[in-house]
Amino acid sequence: MSHEEAGASSPHAKIVRMANQIGAFFRSKPHDEGVAGVAEHINKFWEPRMRRQLFEVVDSGGTGLAPLVLEASSVIRRPTAEQERTPPA
Amino acid sequence: MGLIKEIDYGTPQAKSEKQVTLTIDGFAVTVPEGTSVMRAAMEAGIKVPKLCATDMVDAFGSCRLCLIEIEGRNGTPSSCTTPVAEGLVVRTQTERLKTLRKGVMELYISDHPLDCLTCAANGDCELQDMAGAVGLRDVRYGYEGDNHVSAKSRDGGNDNFRWMPKDESNPYFTYDPSKCIVCSRCVRACEEVQGTFALTIEGRGFDSRVSPGMHEDFLSSDCVSCGACVQACPTATLTEKSVIEIGQPEHSVVTTCAYCGVGCSFKAEMRGDELVRMVPWKDGKANRGHSCVKGRFAWGYATHQDRILNPMIREKISDPWREVTWDEAFAHVASEFKRIQSQYGRGSVGGITSSRCTNEETYLVQKLVRQGFGNNNVDTCARVCHSPTGYGLGQTFGTSAGTQDFDSVEHTDVAIVIGANPAAGHPVFASRLKKRLRQGAKLIVIDPRRTETVRAPHVEAAYHLALQPGTNVAVITSLAHVIVTEGLFDEAFIREKCDWSEFEDYAQFVADPSHSPEATEAYTGVPADALRGAARLYARGVNGSIYYGLGVTEHSQGSTTVMAIANLAMLTGNIGRPGVGVNPLRGQNNVQGSCDMGSFPHELPGYRHISGDAARETFEMLWGVKLDHEPGLRIPNMLDAAVQGSFKGIYIQGEDILQSDPDTKHVSAGLAAMECVVVQDLFLNETANYAHVFLPGSTFLEKDGTFTNAERRINRVRKVMAPRNGYADWEVTQGIAQAMEIDWNYTHPSQIMDEIAATTPSFARVSYALLEELGSVQWPCNEQAPNGTPVMHVDGFVRGKGKFIRTEYIPTDEKTGPRFPLLLTTGRILSQYNVGAQTRRTENVVWHAEDVLEIHPHDAEQRGIREGDWVRLASRAGETALRATITDRVAPGVVYTTFHHPETQANVITTDYSDWATNCPEYKVTAVQVSPSNGPSDWQVEYDALSRRSRRIVPRDAAE
Ligand code: SF4
Ligand code: SF4
Ligand code: SF4
Ligand code: FES
Repeated sequence: MSHEEAGASSPHAKIVRMANQIGAFFRSKPHDEGVAGVAEHINKFWEPRMRRQLFEVVDSGGTGLAPLVLEASSVIRRPTAEQERTPPA
Repeated sequence: MGLIKEIDYGTPQAKSEKQVTLTIDGFAVTVPEGTSVMRAAMEAGIKVPKLCATDMVDAFGSCRLCLIEIEGRNGTPSSCTTPVAEGLVVRTQTERLKTLRKGVMELYISDHPLDCLTCAANGDCELQDMAGAVGLRDVRYGYEGDNHVSAKSRDGGNDNFRWMPKDESNPYFTYDPSKCIVCSRCVRACEEVQGTFALTIEGRGFDSRVSPGMHEDFLSSDCVSCGACVQACPTATLTEKSVIEIGQPEHSVVTTCAYCGVGCSFKAEMRGDELVRMVPWKDGKANRGHSCVKGRFAWGYATHQDRILNPMIREKISDPWREVTWDEAFAHVASEFKRIQSQYGRGSVGGITSSRCTNEETYLVQKLVRQGFGNNNVDTCARVCHSPTGYGLGQTFGTSAGTQDFDSVEHTDVAIVIGANPAAGHPVFASRLKKRLRQGAKLIVIDPRRTETVRAPHVEAAYHLALQPGTNVAVITSLAHVIVTEGLFDEAFIREKCDWSEFEDYAQFVADPSHSPEATEAYTGVPADALRGAARLYARGVNGSIYYGLGVTEHSQGSTTVMAIANLAMLTGNIGRPGVGVNPLRGQNNVQGSCDMGSFPHELPGYRHISGDAARETFEMLWGVKLDHEPGLRIPNMLDAAVQGSFKGIYIQGEDILQSDPDTKHVSAGLAAMECVVVQDLFLNETANYAHVFLPGSTFLEKDGTFTNAERRINRVRKVMAPRNGYADWEVTQGIAQAMEIDWNYTHPSQIMDEIAATTPSFARVSYALLEELGSVQWPCNEQAPNGTPVMHVDGFVRGKGKFIRTEYIPTDEKTGPRFPLLLTTGRILSQYNVGAQTRRTENVVWHAEDVLEIHPHDAEQRGIREGDWVRLASRAGETALRATITDRVAPGVVYTTFHHPETQANVITTDYSDWATNCPEYKVTAVQVSPSNGPSDWQVEYDALSRRSRRIVPRDAAE
């Protein structure tokens, strides 16, 4: 991947990059622990909008996502639409 | 309220456990062995006359004023250099002593000007005091003889070669040699306290005088303007210019420096509501009476003409600003945020807390976001500096903070400093470290650049591992490899305090030959034998400590590096007692506090994850709302969401994200895409160029509160003058909340602290009353630790067992290539602070008028660049121009700059790459190209024009 493609130009490219970075850290763990680690990390730190973008990539075939991240996506919480759009209480 | 007068005991405190009893003037006194007779007398309330002794430095015994008589001993020894002994019988006032002392004073005064009435030190001069104390009534020698006092010789005409003119080159203090009594207190303060060795006594006997460097003036000498010599000087020879201008202060208040994470305590010495000077407070537990140039001298920004004092609004960022009343401003912010949320959803707004503001203020901003905005879109500038510390130490140890207090350094035997340059970034800590190193402790520096910390007068690192930027994890894992494979680890500690099977897994991982120094040398650039030597030195030292800074965290593997450091400390059993530990050197004054106070989008105060029901319920009960259980957006995510159109409004308290955050163009695009940007700051900062509402902020001198420094120490900030803008920052946030019809009614910050204590277990016992009583306290401070916790993890780790984590080195994607062949790394210098908004508005600019690019002679020559040339610095993110300086402090292939000046905009160059776990930006590695240039880039010229345009103000009366 060249630098230009990795830039901020496309939101999905950036999300893929960030997810793969997390995946890379957990690669050195035993496999199951790694999958759980990726999912837990994303659940804990990613706002629903970011998780939605991740699922957009996953749902359209997961192009570019590391296998560990793809595998973890089944345990990542899918954000609900209403979470993002609810007006203030 | 009066002037706080600290007792000068004459000589430093002795540390011995053994007590000795002696008699002084008939009174029995018991003191630790090693105490001087002078100090023992002072403890008994007897003040022996003295000039060359003061308790910040060791006794020298040159003035001969402090003479005493001791029964059974001959002569009249000086009390400052005579140690106590069991059963001594001492007399401090006899006929013989009185005569001798008068004689000594007579000699001093015969070579001293008699302009006491108009002297700046009048009322605060020890020479004056001593003349009074010994009863000096006349001076027999007259003033005609040889002297240093007048420019002309007394008999008329000829120049007096002994006389020297005043040196006023330092912007903050003057040196008037005619008043010098050559007591050498300044010289010793510079050596012992500051560790700079800038001063010497030049000449001998009657001809001797103090001189900075080799007969230089202060500004061109090695002096770093810490002011220790000024504080030590008993006369008006070294005097603050502010005292010369204003006069002596009449009352003082103890408060905390608002610059760096050392958190020095000061007495703000006042005349009315005018600040006369800042004097470091001896009882300050972080600084023990020392300071740096910023805290002591660089406070002039508080009254700088650029300060904005009225709130302002504008519809579009191309409009000029319009001054409004506070009520209008609050109402406008409230209605805009409500409008945006109903139009774009609850998650479309957020806030940024400030690491420069107090704990109470950051707490309120996150409360406004969570309670008022109903989401968790709150973040803080720690995102761009120490967020990996929070994550990494949380994972391994169970707390997101350093393990020690600063006093701990006095017990260390081997210190590793990684990716930090304390001499510039944390100067008072650097002085304390250097003091310990001069006593024989060893130093290992891991840094791409040969920083001032590597070699200083009388201090030199045993090892400097000058690694390639971006290879921290490889180097630290390699250190662990040596420790494990050579059997240097502390098995007993690991078995007792850590999870043994996790250790075995980790040991197996690091023992792999691919992690050996011989293997990593190829890409880290660190010679294998140096790395082995450093590992052995650290592992074998009795007390090994690690201090680290942003050179660790601001990488794509920042969090991994923090874990690697934690692994190293556990491996060698260097946790849980004085002299050891893992110590992040925090950047801004309250970056620790802002993290503690729940400034992160996934954490409530006290580092409790937002998804935890129990923690959420505590706040829900108190605040009467349901809290969102999903993590919010971090700063870079907010900007991404803004560019994508789902994030529209932001309240930024006391941060300048446009200048401090990476990839400036992305930040400005994000800000420009928002509909309501509210900036609260002292000055129209760079971010304010994109703001719709500006709320003037207040300085640390104008409010009450607390800051938490890098040692988890909660220090009081005390108001010494009324806010010039009308409101303290916490009152401004409350104004917004009230306009949003949220029921807040704080009348004093102590009530906010009470709320923090009531909701946050690690702060349970903290209150202003407790701080009043103890001076300061280190969290956790609760039932189990009623007076706070100087050293953490003493009886085991907070998380239970210490956790070893595999730390695989993954090279950053930011790689050099043909277009961008050099690696840029960034840092800071002593006299400037962060984005420089404050320090640039003080005289500190004499030391650093602009950011410059350091480049190795080899790289410079290849490109035809000479010293001082303008150069173009380009990366894939953007380009800027600045001047070059040629130095071998950086290795070939590496260039370095600071980011203190908006004109340079070093962050136009940095990219949006970030730490995998926390999105902390990768400031420390950017692939760049450097080429000759004629001056500022087009972008800089355009940006300058934009800044000027967006700073136009229409005053309120003019509009009427
Ligand atoms: S200001 Fe500090 S560095 Fe400068 S001469 Fe005085 S003690 Fe030394
Ligand atoms: S400058 Fe002040 S402290 Fe230094 S030798 Fe002279 S009188 Fe003493
Ligand atoms: S800037 Fe830091 S080291 Fe300097 S006085 Fe302030 S707190 Fe102390
Ligand atoms: S004070 Fe003891 S010799 Fe000067």
